[in-house]
Amino acid sequence: MLRFIVRRLLQLIPTLLGLSVLLFVWLQRLPGGPENALLPDNAPPEQREALRESLGLDEPFTVQYFSFLGRIFQGDLGTSIHTGRPVLEEFLTRFPATFELAVTAITIAVAVGLPLGYLAARKRGSALDFAAVGGSLLGICTPVFFLAFILKVVFAEQLGLFPSAFRISPALSRTDITGFVVLDGIMTREWDVVWDALMHLALPGLALASIPLAVITRMTRASVLEVMGEDYVRTANAKGLHRTTVRTRHVLRNALLPVVTAVGLLSGSLFAGAVLTESVFAFPGIGSFIYEATHGRDYPVLTGFILLIAAMYVLINLLVDISYSLLDPRVRAQ
Amino acid sequence: MPTSPSSPTPLHKRKAEKVDRLAELMGSRTDEGRASGIWIDAFRRMRTNPMAITGAVIVVVFVAVALFSPLIAHYSPTSQAWGDEVFPNRNEFVGPRAENWLGLDHLGRDLYSRFIIGARQTLLVGVVATLVGFCFGALLGGLAGACAVLGGRWGRRVDNVIMRVIDMMLALPTLLLAVTVAALVGPSLTTVMLAVGIAQIPIFARLLRGAMLAQGNREYVLAAQSMGVRRHKIALTHILPNSMGPVIVQSTLTLATAIIDAAALSYLGLGNPDASFPEWGTMLAEAQRFLSTAPALAVYPALGIIITALGFTLLGESLREALDPKLRK
Repeated sequence: MLRFIVRRLLQLIPTLLGLSVLLFVWLQRLPGGPENALLPDNAPPEQREALRESLGLDEPFTVQYFSFLGRIFQGDLGTSIHTGRPVLEEFLTRFPATFELAVTAITIAVAVGLPLGYLAARKRGSALDFAAVGGSLLGICTPVFFLAFILKVVFAEQLGLFPSAFRISPALSRTDITGFVVLDGIMTREWDVVWDALMHLALPGLALASIPLAVITRMTRASVLEVMGEDYVRTANAKGLHRTTVRTRHVLRNALLPVVTAVGLLSGSLFAGAVLTESVFAFPGIGSFIYEATHGRDYPVLTGFILLIAAMYVLINLLVDISYSLLDPRVRAQ
Repeated sequence: MPTSPSSPTPLHKRKAEKVDRLAELMGSRTDEGRASGIWIDAFRRMRTNPMAITGAVIVVVFVAVALFSPLIAHYSPTSQAWGDEVFPNRNEFVGPRAENWLGLDHLGRDLYSRFIIGARQTLLVGVVATLVGFCFGALLGGLAGACAVLGGRWGRRVDNVIMRVIDMMLALPTLLLAVTVAALVGPSLTTVMLAVGIAQIPIFARLLRGAMLAQGNREYVLAAQSMGVRRHKIALTHILPNSMGPVIVQSTLTLATAIIDAAALSYLGLGNPDASFPEWGTMLAEAQRFLSTAPALAVYPALGIIITALGFTLLGESLREALDPKLRK
């Protein structure tokens, strides 16, 4: 098991290195290059040249790349043009907010999607099945930002059931320990803070959950249907095992394997998907910062954040593979 | 005039007869070239599937509206002829009426005409983005797949290099990839199409390569090999055409994703800066400000996007089901 994990970790290195090359080439070679992002359109050519020199853009390409790489290894991802603070610091201060949002979304998606998909498969062709399949198709086809807006207008602005913006009510005083509002609230037993934070997470979490929820429902349903048709399930039923035993030990255990992969991949993509949801709800996380960075063409922030999110995505994939090998011994043998 | 049994029929004629008989046995006509039974069977299965029919109807209506939009629209989509009747600041909007079927937007433009013309732009974005993803993805995936199937040290190396690059592209979440491209190239309709298309490349590439590898072990490849067909010819004319099924299905599904992603980019302000040129994503993004006062402005383009995406998804899913050998009876 340990060898499997170590091998997979070693495999990450070329992927991440390649990713840095890809991102570097990509961002340097695009027409709107770094010096154009920093300067106004009508900047004189001398100023442009001076900036290129000070940024090291007149150096050979490989030299530029290796100094870029060297800085990354020292944890230096550059400085935000907008705020003037280091990119890594900006990322770390915003990470807890998006993390809480992503966890809320994936919790909603799994808690609703798994049972719904399973029941839809069990009662195939019923009204419930039809609703689950239709609902998930509709969920996939609805633009997330539109759903977020509808939720905000209906439940926050018109019905007033939930707050419409931010992580926590500005008036509320709280103790900051980790940056995770809910966790801090639980640790300091400030239950009003926990409740307030959860209320703030509800609507954006629901909006962000829409696509994972739809995907998980569909995958669970398809997977359960496939496993229920397998010979070993028929055998288990035929030899008189209890229905519950067959359903949990035979059907569910096997059917959930592909779903675990999907949940992992979806959680990774949530950090990127948060761009839309967070900007609708003015949620101060990674996504809304990327949204601002695209508008200000904050080039170091875009590079740094994308590299960090991609690294996180790759790491989550690794965790998925490891959990997969725990669930399915056959994977380890390969 | 009796023909003597000894006089032989010309060689080419005998050969043609043989081919015909073979084709009859195989169940496909020769004059159709590669028109395999799989697609005809799939079409037959889809004709009785309500999901497929719903999807097909939506897609056909959408494409027809998009193609003939200048004939269907009543007015110019940019004409602000009724500008003096709408006051967004005072929450005064004009709803549906005889001359403006869907009412007016916040600048006093005919919503119905904008919606109809918008269908055309939306279709354009979807199709071009899908084509970008399909062409480059199929090229990369086809090359990697062909190299992998051909084998040899170099073949495996080329395949490995291409797939590592594709894997790295997959590690960048689609929307983020699109946002980066759009942010750096600057907002325009071309940017949106390119950004959404580029983000789809790795999916197409992986799919085609996977399908080609799966086809590589089939009996007909062995048969072709034993008949002495050259290896690169097997890869190009035997394996590649037979691996296109999943890629074609994916492009139907990608059309839906492309339309939704394009709307998201428009919402993020990376779409067409010329707001007078309607596209459903841009219309929706513009209408967000009035969602609580004039929800209709947002609802029409949103419904357009949702229903169209649903149509392409239904069609794609049922096509996939119809082509899936596991579901064939």
